[in-house]
This record gives sequence, structure tokens and C-alpha cells, in this order.
Amino acid sequence: MKNGRLEAPKKVSMAKFKPKTQVDFVVIGAGAAGGVMALELSRAGFQVVVLEQGPYLREADFQYDELKIRETSALVNDHAVQPNTFRQTEKDKAVLAPAISYGRCVGGGTVHYTATHWRHHEIDFVERTRWGPIAGTGFADWPVNYAELEPYYTKAEWEVGYSGLGGASPFESPRSKPYPLPPMPNKSSGVLMERAARKLGLHAVPIPVAILSQPYRGRSACIHCGFCEWFGCKVGAKSSSLASLIPAAEKTGRCEIRPNSYVREISTDKSGKVTGVVYFDSSKKEVFQRAKAVVLCANGAESPRLLLLSKSSLFPNGLANSSGAVGKYLMLGGNAGARGLFEYAMNEFKSVQGTRAIEDFYDSDPKRGFYGGGRIDCRWGFMGPIGFALQGLPPDTPGWGSDFKKACKENFNRTLTLLAYCTSLPLETNNITLDPDVKDAWGLAAMRVTYMDHPDGMKTKKFFVERALEILDAAGAARKWAQPVTETKSGGHLMGTCRMGNDPKTSVVDRFNRAHDVPNLFVVDGSSFVTSGRNHPTCTIHALAFRAADNIIRMSKNGSIKTSVGA
Amino acid sequence: MESVAAQIIPADDTPGAREAGCLYFIDRVLSTFDRERQAVYSQGLESLQAKTRELFPAAGKFSGLTSPQQIQVLKAIERTPFFAQIRLHTIAGFFANPEYGGNQEKIGWKLIGFEDKFQFAPPFGYYDANEKRAAGSTEKGEYGEV
Repeated sequence: MKNGRLEAPKKVSMAKFKPKTQVDFVVIGAGAAGGVMALELSRAGFQVVVLEQGPYLREADFQYDELKIRETSALVNDHAVQPNTFRQTEKDKAVLAPAISYGRCVGGGTVHYTATHWRHHEIDFVERTRWGPIAGTGFADWPVNYAELEPYYTKAEWEVGYSGLGGASPFESPRSKPYPLPPMPNKSSGVLMERAARKLGLHAVPIPVAILSQPYRGRSACIHCGFCEWFGCKVGAKSSSLASLIPAAEKTGRCEIRPNSYVREISTDKSGKVTGVVYFDSSKKEVFQRAKAVVLCANGAESPRLLLLSKSSLFPNGLANSSGAVGKYLMLGGNAGARGLFEYAMNEFKSVQGTRAIEDFYDSDPKRGFYGGGRIDCRWGFMGPIGFALQGLPPDTPGWGSDFKKACKENFNRTLTLLAYCTSLPLETNNITLDPDVKDAWGLAAMRVTYMDHPDGMKTKKFFVERALEILDAAGAARKWAQPVTETKSGGHLMGTCRMGNDPKTSVVDRFNRAHDVPNLFVVDGSSFVTSGRNHPTCTIHALAFRAADNIIRMSKNGSIKTSVGA
Repeated sequence: MESVAAQIIPADDTPGAREAGCLYFIDRVLSTFDRERQAVYSQGLESLQAKTRELFPAAGKFSGLTSPQQIQVLKAIERTPFFAQIRLHTIAGFFANPEYGGNQEKIGWKLIGFEDKFQFAPPFGYYDANEKRAAGSTEKGEYGEV
């Protein structure tokens, strides 16, 4: 409103660059980190081309349609054209399996994710110092600590738009500023969680979410439709990169988002510097986009794959891989949980997935006899009514017939899920490699995933199932049950595969996400995580990305990266 | 096929898969995104009739059996890929958006209490509503909002 008149927002046409134009930066991937890079670098005056392998969808493309989301890969990678192979150890033959899941559209995983947004705690960066070495693992401290990242966590919370209550958790590390928006209104599951916590002497704290509890910077607030996890937000209240960062980047007039662009190689010259990238456009035609520098934000599985695909005589083991660490130390995080049935209708299908979590078991504790910790949140836990009918009933319920129907009717609104997100250790033997036999629909080597939980990871999951059952009991559940703890064979929280470190012999990127081996290449996404934290990676990906961007801008202005803005 | 679906989610005091039109849903998915599953159905329906003749030689076909007889036949084949598939499709049809042909009149959603308003305001359920009442006029919970 201006002078009482309602003005339509000014339409800005997005920048367009020719492939032969040497732009300052090509950003590969338009997800959590790619969105931050797009905004920060274009706002600082650079020309930026963001290449996204998926389509550019808009709010109008998102539907309240559980079947469609279940049956199509509208928002995520499609294993029919991009197969994965999986094996548990290097001795096994990898077989086709949908092991890795990630967002594949402008906005990446932030379009369909649940949007729970936890900062790491101080301990997450220094666990190796605190707990000592763990034999057979790559357990290490991060080269950056919480205090250094804190201003960037704050920046992310305000730029992207988070809702939460700073200081509510006695376990939270110090923060310089509150969240910009108050937490989401509590749900019945959250009230039950608070009851249980009081009884057990634990703390149930509000879950911070990248979802707007109130209108913010021209975007409207959440309408509690209940379609967060797996769905795109129809009202733009979920602070995906699509809704928050990318429109602001486009407004600078210096950032072009180029969807349906599937990168197959990061190219280098004889001196070992990056010159641009080769990608397939929507008609599978190869295009070479020139750039002064490249920021790889393709996620913790596709980023290492692309580096391994980008091998050359100068980089025979893959780009930026003199350490041999590219692809290694994959961490998928641990998940464990239990479900309970309560007396009254909770209608958990409404609003965000969950509103309260318990952090009392966050840190590892030597008394447990193993390394591992996590956070238990309460949530509805289903995609929709179909998902509930297929996965939500107690294990002794018949799968069909009148008792099945009766259980669907009686339990739908009275069931809740406790889900623990816990640590997984970095193991060299858990990794992303190129499959020697299987190819994707573009003729590129398929992603091969080798992964087996460390014994401590399995113990951690069992520990959290027991805690979840105790909490359900204390909350007054009429019934409770847990599925048996199983080994991790798939994941969407993709961490560790281009690990960050001060030593180029053992890590891929430095403490500012710059590749040790290639001065004008940056890798910014979950791949730089050194340890898994308590699994939810996006908040820390945001913070790392804002910090890396700050540093790139500084280096460019002092001339240590050659760009159009540099000295 | 409809008789099988009607046993997976039977009508009792409320309508079941037959009334919800799950058959139309299955027809539709088998001619669209699950086209490649047609073979599972054609082979499965044949073995269903074979099992029917084996257990009830006097009966002509599955749909002609009494309900307890049908349940007996289905229990004998419930571990087959065909049964797993038709169970999945029946449940999906019963609870999917009505425009796919099943869940007609929102029969599935009404059964379980799923409201398709896609826009809600707190309180959402019994426990948060109760907490709000208990908190009285201040409407303040442990963390400012309830």
C-alpha cells in the first residue's frame, strides 16, 4: 500500500546470459545452498547462472494430491531415469535400488521437505575432541566452530524466514538474535509431549521451522493445510529457496535460473582452474557455460558424483580429489521411532508435521556404552490418508477386511509418531562411487551407494526406540508399538562426501568450502559436513552457505578470485 | 475384481470399496501410470478363479461365493503378488482424491475423519483445545502460544 492505493509488485524480468558469456559464477543446483549462493552472489554485484536439473515449478503447480506425490517423481529424483545401485560393503555386488532421494526442481529439497530447522549445537563441531577417537571411523572435529557459524545461522533465520522460540531449549547454544517469527501454534501431539516431558523430567521444546507463522517480507503465513512433508507449499509459506531466496536473487537482475539443465562435467584448463561446466539442456543437447568460478551445490550425493565424473588427465581420480576423500564418509543420519494411540481425536493431519521435540538425549553419553545421540520429535508422520492406511496401524492389525477398516476409522485421528533423528558415524567404507556397469538416461555412470551402519549407529537407534516408547507411555498412550530397528539402506539427508578440513591430504574443501585442489571451485551443501550432527542438515547447510558466500565476496573483492567485481 | 476389493474394505454400517468406486480407480490406474501391472491382474484373476474351483468345486466363480467363502479363498492367496497389488490399489483408491474415480462422495475420507478443507486454524485437536481451555482467558501456554 502506498498513499492508500494497492500497488501490484513490480515485475522484474530475470537476467539471461549466453553460454559463451563468461559469467562470474555458475551455481550447480538450486536447493538450500544454491538458493543462498544465488541470492548472496547476485546481490553483491556478480553475474550468476544457476543450473538446476529439475523443472521450474510454481505454487500453482503444487496440488493437494497424495496419490500424485506417491506415484510420480514430480518434486524428487526419478530412479527410472537416474538409477542408483546399492550394496552394503565393497565385497557385495551393487544392485539397482532407490537408495538416494533428493529434491529435483528449482528449490531442490526445500520444496518438499518438512522444514524443521535446527541449528547444530556447539558440541556438534567438536565431538572428536570431546569424546576421543573412534576406531575404524573418520570421526573428526570440524574446522569451523559454532561461534564462527552463529552470525550466519542468524542471517539464515532472518533471510529465509524461520519461526521458532530462541532460548526455549536449555540445550540450545547461545544465539545473538531471536527468531524473526514466533513458533507455530502447538498441536495435540505437542501438548502430549509436554505432559510426558514433565512426568519424566525432560524438556519438550518448540520445533523451529522454515515456515512462516505470520506474514513476513511480503509472503503470507501458513494456513495449516497439513501438506508440508513431500508436498510443495501452495501459499509460499514454507520458506523454500523457491519461495524465499530465489525470487530475491532474480530481482537483482543479475541472476539467471536455468532449469532442466543437467550438468555432466565441470571443465578445467591446463592450469587446473575451472573454466565452466558442460550440461545437457532439456533436449539432451550439450551446452558449455563459461564461468570464472563454479559453486557446486548439487547435494551430498550428486556433488561427489559430478566431481568423480569430471576426471581429466590433470585430475585422474576426479576433480578436487587429490585426497581421495570425494564420495567417502557418506552419512545418511539415523532414524528411529515409535507410534502411539491416544484416547481422543488429535487431528494430526492438520498444520505442520510436529511442534515439540525433546533434546535431553542430544549429546553422546559414555554411560550408554556407545557413541551416539539425537533428538526426538513428535509428528503426525504420514504423507496423507493413503500413507496412514498403509503404514500407520499397529503391527497386529489385519491388512484387510472389516478389522482393517475398523482400525483405519478408529485410529486415523488418534495416532502419533515419535521420530528420533540421530547420529551416524563417518566411515570411509560408506560412500558414493560411479557404478561401473549401470548408466543413467543421459549415458552417465549411475550413482553407486555403499553403506552399512556402524554398530554404534544401530545401538543408538535401539536406544532411541526405547526412549520413544517411554515417552509415549508417560504421555498416556493407550497403545504403543515400534517397528524393529533396521539397517539404513536409503536416505535423503546426504552428508559428508566432500568433507571440510584444514588438511588437503584428508579433506576436499577448506573451512570456507573452497576446494583445496582448485582455487575457483567451491562445494557448498551437505557434503562438507564432517560429522552428521543430529541429522537435520538444512539449517547448517544454510549457515555454511551464507558464510561461504561472504568469503567468496571478500576474496573476489581483494582479487584472490578473478571476477567482474574483483579489484 | 470388484468382489475382491469389497472384501479388502467391506461395507458394514458404513460403505466400503465397492460403494466408493475403487473398481473405477483400479481401471483408471491400470490404463495410466500402472499400465505395466495389467499382467499381475490378468494372471492373478486366473489363479483366483482356480483357487475358487479348488476350494469350492460347486461354485462357478469367485463373485458367486458367499462372503465367508470369499474370505476363505482370499486368505489362501493373501501372500501372492496379485493380492498385494489389488490390496494396495483398493486402499489407494479408497483414500485418494475423488477425481481418480475411487473415494466417491469422499466415502474413504468421511470414514476416518479426514477433512479436505486444506486450511485450518488452531485448536486442531482435543488435547490442544483442552490445554487452551485450561489456560483460561490468557490463552498463553508454556511457550507463549498454545
